[in-house]
Amino acid sequence: MLVKNKSDISMSEITAESVFLSRRKFIENTASLTLLGAAAMGGASLVAAAPQDKTFTNLPRSPFSTAIPPNRFEDVSTYNNFYEFGTAKEAPALYAGGLRTRPWTVQVEGEVKKTGQYALDDFLKPYALEERIYRFRCVEAWSMVVPWVGIALRDVIKGLQPGSRAKYVEFTTLHDPTQMPGQKRNVLDWPYVEGLRIDEATHPLALLAVGMYGRVLPNQNGAPLRLIVPWKYGFKSIKSIVKIRFLEDPPVSTWMWSAPSEYGFYANVNPDVDHPRWSQAKERRLGEIFKQKTLPFNGYADQVASLYTGMDLRKNF
Amino acid sequence: MNIPAVREKELVIVKTSVFLLAALPFAQFWWRAYAHTLGPNPVEAALHESGDWALRFLLITLALPLVRRVFAVAWVLRVRRMLGLFAFFYAVVHVSVYLGIDRFFDWDEIAKDILKRPYITLGLGVFLALIPLAVTSTNGMMRRLGPRWKQLHRSVYVIATLAILHYLLSLKADVRVPLIHASILLALLITRAYIQRREAV
Repeated sequence: MLVKNKSDISMSEITAESVFLSRRKFIENTASLTLLGAAAMGGASLVAAAPQDKTFTNLPRSPFSTAIPPNRFEDVSTYNNFYEFGTAKEAPALYAGGLRTRPWTVQVEGEVKKTGQYALDDFLKPYALEERIYRFRCVEAWSMVVPWVGIALRDVIKGLQPGSRAKYVEFTTLHDPTQMPGQKRNVLDWPYVEGLRIDEATHPLALLAVGMYGRVLPNQNGAPLRLIVPWKYGFKSIKSIVKIRFLEDPPVSTWMWSAPSEYGFYANVNPDVDHPRWSQAKERRLGEIFKQKTLPFNGYADQVASLYTGMDLRKNF
Repeated sequence: MNIPAVREKELVIVKTSVFLLAALPFAQFWWRAYAHTLGPNPVEAALHESGDWALRFLLITLALPLVRRVFAVAWVLRVRRMLGLFAFFYAVVHVSVYLGIDRFFDWDEIAKDILKRPYITLGLGVFLALIPLAVTSTNGMMRRLGPRWKQLHRSVYVIATLAILHYLLSLKADVRVPLIHASILLALLITRAYIQRREAV
């Protein structure tokens, strides 16, 4: 059961933002004092307190998983494009430590029956987690293979009961420069927004991930909740999601807004359609020296090509 | 301004130290490669760092006349050629990594890159323009070319501008670093013009 509808909350229960923030600050200060104390006592407890250490056990393996051996965890967790924490590849691993992933709320809006604010754990509770080893291809012509832990996005969407006018799904990342220092600079138009057509979002391959390598997602990889759309370039797989909105019209993604001639709505991996900056014919798998050929739809053509029949993929890039 | 001359003995020490310092990024890169601390994408690291250092040395070379005036140190001009050649050296590494490792001599792809991507076209232009400067950097060439040598080598200001543009166009969002480079170059050009005008009076 999905609980806590927006209408359930009376106005008097809503905390004023200023009160909320000062309370936050207080909790933060006390928390950091406690942590400092713990660190002074030996530091081990600090490590144990990190949610990253939580592991998932007995995860069912998915038939969608690739047999290619995954990259090293260190590669995947230290080489990230997550501009909310800085534009250098190593910046997210260095600066994402301040992101608070609990409590975390996901807001559901738009052409959908079950609108409302969901505590993340309630939001996820009805679904069983599974592991899916996917290829991941960045628009910058590098790639990796990652064992994600998550749930099929289609199951979540079904549970939310979108209406007939829900043609698109829009996702939004947290916007909070105090937790995401990269947002202090207007490198992109914050908050980060991405979108899918509803039939793409309900394709069995689309995944809502909460973990990787059997543990909770590191902050720099998009904790606590991120999208994985393996047949599209990595920037479509939005991180640290706080809002899911169902729309009749196509949303404008952040990168489309930033450079419309370079980034389209679909952003399907396509070796035949070049990006103005990078040839997409080849890719370099992290940890390797030489490039390999990029496959149409990142190797998922058999499963997803039918979503785009009759479409000119050069125009709809 | 009176700037004391350098003694030849000191110059040897200065030149050796500057050489070792300028070679340090290259040596450090190999050390990091050996120690596996280049990160998950070492080819990208090699490409970016060699490009960064080529541009840095280009700007350092251009700043030397000013450094000489401000700090009244004569030796800086005696290492100018060496630092200019280091800029060229890092540019050679940059281009070699791009051609030989990143694109792995895929000439078809490389040709497409040059034709379709302005930052690659520019980068190639910058590299080609640096070659005559490196070739004519010897004493013999200086003598042979006479006043034309100075004219030829003045093109380095244009080359540096295009190199920064090449960097700027290669980035997709965060252009802070090339903008810093551009402001340094602009400041150098303005100071140069100011000094020249003052001395002309």
